[in-house]
Amino acid sequence: MSGKSIFKKVYFSNIILGLFISLFSFSAWANEPAAAEATEHAPQQEEKFDAGKMILHHIADEHEWHFFTIGHFHATVPLPCIVYRESAGLQVFSSSNFKNEHHEEVSYQGLKLEHGKIHAENGEKVYDISITKNVASLLISAVLLLTIFIGIGKTYKENPHRAPKGIQSLFEPIIIFVRDEIAKNNIGEKHYRRFMPYLLTVFFFIWFNNMLGLIPGGANVTGNIAVTAILAIIAFFVTNLNGKATYWTHVFAMPGVPKWMLIIMTPVEIVGVFMKPFSLMVRLFANMTAGHIILLSLVSLIFIFENAALGIAVVPFSLFMNVIELIVAFIQAFIFTMLVSTYIGAAIEEHHH
Amino acid sequence: MELITPEFGLIFWQVLVFGILFFLLAKFAWKPIIQSLHEREESIDQAIKLSEETKKEMAELKAGNEQLLVSARAERDALIKQAKESADAMIAQAKLDAQAAANQEIEKARTAFEQEKVAAVAAIRKEAASLSLDLAEKVLKSQLKDKAAQEKLVSEWIADVTLK
Repeated sequence: MSGKSIFKKVYFSNIILGLFISLFSFSAWANEPAAAEATEHAPQQEEKFDAGKMILHHIADEHEWHFFTIGHFHATVPLPCIVYRESAGLQVFSSSNFKNEHHEEVSYQGLKLEHGKIHAENGEKVYDISITKNVASLLISAVLLLTIFIGIGKTYKENPHRAPKGIQSLFEPIIIFVRDEIAKNNIGEKHYRRFMPYLLTVFFFIWFNNMLGLIPGGANVTGNIAVTAILAIIAFFVTNLNGKATYWTHVFAMPGVPKWMLIIMTPVEIVGVFMKPFSLMVRLFANMTAGHIILLSLVSLIFIFENAALGIAVVPFSLFMNVIELIVAFIQAFIFTMLVSTYIGAAIEEHHH
Repeated sequence: MELITPEFGLIFWQVLVFGILFFLLAKFAWKPIIQSLHEREESIDQAIKLSEETKKEMAELKAGNEQLLVSARAERDALIKQAKESADAMIAQAKLDAQAAANQEIEKARTAFEQEKVAAVAAIRKEAASLSLDLAEKVLKSQLKDKAAQEKLVSEWIADVTLK
């Protein structure tokens, strides 16, 4: 019951957050014509600041890890590009090959990097599995997760029945929280242990990636639709492959409902089966992306108005938003895990009428 | 639109990374963690249960001890009472016996005294009789020196005899 109310609360906060985003992004775009005009009058300025472009660039994936640019100095880490083409086979090369010494985009071995996508110049289909910024961040988070939790696992194995120590005592309450408040409450005493590895992996994966995304210069992994889509698809399979007879009868022939109602109910329920993971995907993606957009928009305000004094208002507010985002990072991991476990709980529920 | 179009590369890596992550974490992290958390909780639970049981046992033991003490005390009291009673009885008996013995002694003494007295009286009487006989003999001897006096006496005696 409490889970449902939390869900509702967060849902509403999402709506408010959404309104905020649209407001800010609108104001950012609205300033554009004026900004363009300003450029004409001041030709000595090299390039006019475009908040929308900057924000979209920051939340999108890229083939190199760009930290900042000061004048002509670009602080970027080139990442490996892995590309497969029928004509050339598998190719691995550095992303720095797409830029010449003047930082201009050039083509490399018949490949061109355009809008963050690698195209073949001859129009051939290119399968791009490059280590992009998001993939690199994903790998970093994986390494972090593995070192931390396998380390903790070892400590548990070496001295069982002891009070937790060090980093173990930091994560133990969270693991117990996931077990008792999320898994046990929603799945039930009988089956919860089976799903613990999955739920813990999902929870810490989302949380760690959310947190990594908040580090300045970090990638927006959990705010990427591909990542959340895969998480949602896995959740879909975990839920439905464990579905018991009761679950499927509720989907296809809701008991206690007049027969003719089933004509409406059954399609709704079937849509619901797909809608649940779809909502998981969109919720995480939208929340994380929204957080990034808000933060970037706030900082952009200073550059849009070209007024450093605005920083007096913007800096505390963006600091406040950053703290909120830290909480959101945890809440989103919690919500995702929590909802998946309610779906699993509903799927494996035994018949009791 | 670009924002909500999943990239093939990222899908590939996400599936791979998440899959490996799940496999490794499940095997080397979650399994020992969950297992050992469960075991620890169980061992704590058992320790608490055991301590509670021990406490209960201790209380029972204490109650038993107290009961034992009470019964021992009662037994001791009873024993003392019994001993006292038997001692009293013995004393009383001894007193009684002593009294009886004393009485017997007194009786014996009295009887002996009585006998002695009787014997003494008899001896005195015998002595007195022989004395009086001797006296009488002497008197008679002196009185009956003349004939007349003898005759007179005999006649008196005879008179006496007739009187009887």
